[in-house]
Amino acid sequence: MLVIIDYGVGNVQSVTNAFRYIGSDITVSCDPAVIQKAHGLILPGVGASGYAMEKVAPIADVIKSEAAAGKPLLGICVGYQLLFEESYEMGTHQCLGLVKGKVVPIPTDMDLTIPHMGWNYVKFANGMKLFDGLGEGRHFAFANSFYAQVEDPEAKAAYTEYGIQVTGAVEKGNIFGTQFHPEKSAADGLQVLKNFVALCHEELKC
Amino acid sequence: MLTKRIIPCLDVKDNRVVKGVNFLNLRDAGDPVELGKKYSDEGADELVFLDITATLRSNKTIVELVEKVAENVFIPFTVGGGITKADEIGLLLRSGADKCSINTAAVNNPDLLKESAERFGAQCVVLAIDARRTVGKVGKWHVTVKAGSEPTDIDAVEWAIKAEKLGAGEILLTSMDADGTQAGYDIELTRAVAEAVNIPVIASGGAGTLESLSEVLDKGKADAVLAASIFHYGTYTIKETKEFLKQHGVPVRFV
Repeated sequence: MLVIIDYGVGNVQSVTNAFRYIGSDITVSCDPAVIQKAHGLILPGVGASGYAMEKVAPIADVIKSEAAAGKPLLGICVGYQLLFEESYEMGTHQCLGLVKGKVVPIPTDMDLTIPHMGWNYVKFANGMKLFDGLGEGRHFAFANSFYAQVEDPEAKAAYTEYGIQVTGAVEKGNIFGTQFHPEKSAADGLQVLKNFVALCHEELKC
Repeated sequence: MLTKRIIPCLDVKDNRVVKGVNFLNLRDAGDPVELGKKYSDEGADELVFLDITATLRSNKTIVELVEKVAENVFIPFTVGGGITKADEIGLLLRSGADKCSINTAAVNNPDLLKESAERFGAQCVVLAIDARRTVGKVGKWHVTVKAGSEPTDIDAVEWAIKAEKLGAGEILLTSMDADGTQAGYDIELTRAVAEAVNIPVIASGGAGTLESLSEVLDKGKADAVLAASIFHYGTYTIKETKEFLKQHGVPVRFV
């Protein structure tokens, strides 16, 4: 069983629909006992990361301890941004600190529309498990004004071009995250979710 | 590189997709659940669902329909039509919408944009503007409300600028003069708004030939195009549309 952590930020329904569609056993919950029993965790989220961190705070310790114990964790969009150490969206906010790096604004002086909204090409780093079977890169659906600067030597990152290099995804051991919305990125996005589900099942066999 | 988005629009009335000319003379165009799934599978970049009876806030059946459409749509999904409160956006997001478009209620109460952006994030707040050319003034458009039935004295470009400041994350800009005519988008209107704001602008109203789509994305500086009739009635498929755009140098995504 996988658990989508519902901490009251954004549309868990889209994420739930996608996991159901690919046939995975999914539960939506923010109960620490349920989170502890899960084989894998999904941390969604939209909106501002500071507000999201405030809402996730009561269950931050259980997420961190489960992640430290090796349970696969997939952060999506703002849920992904929370994986890093710090976010500078509307003030400075401490995040979960599972991957070294910080969340900063996309520069607004590049004559590009902000939010970065729509489908952009993400180039994968070699050996990223999340993108197994998808070749060197694919288009995914984004909706972000902030992005994560990854400073973790143990992490692999995938990038997209938007005036600058915007991080599209990260993985480090059992920690995975996508700035884009895999649940809203058609067949390629669903493949990312299937890959995550497969990783959770592998973990179970060990 | 960010691709330009092709967005089919489902205008929904009595659980059916309909399409009219200048918002009148409605024709049946199919089942919203089936059409939504078809477009999602065929490579549309987003889907818009507009309840043209503007009863989203009070109609349980419509919310259930949104849920059903969302179950089969794996591309960003915008829902609008008669939203008046931030709580209603919360309900639609919980029903599977990714963004909500607000029109008349934002004109009546601009702070609704601010409140919605603060609660749910600017990325899910779409301001819909139904604009009409102002007779006797070149290069001026005014905002209309209640599905285009009532004119206001608000300038469309100025309203877009104000909405961005209040927290709108995107503008869905419909030319009421062009809607349903298939005579081409209002390029001048689209460009005037796109150049005035930094948030993405979706051009709507008047999609006819594929040249008209290419033109509004290029000369009109739109980030996305919305179209209904040409897709519903099978004039062009999503794939044909994107192949044409690609040949004309517009960056698009293929499935």
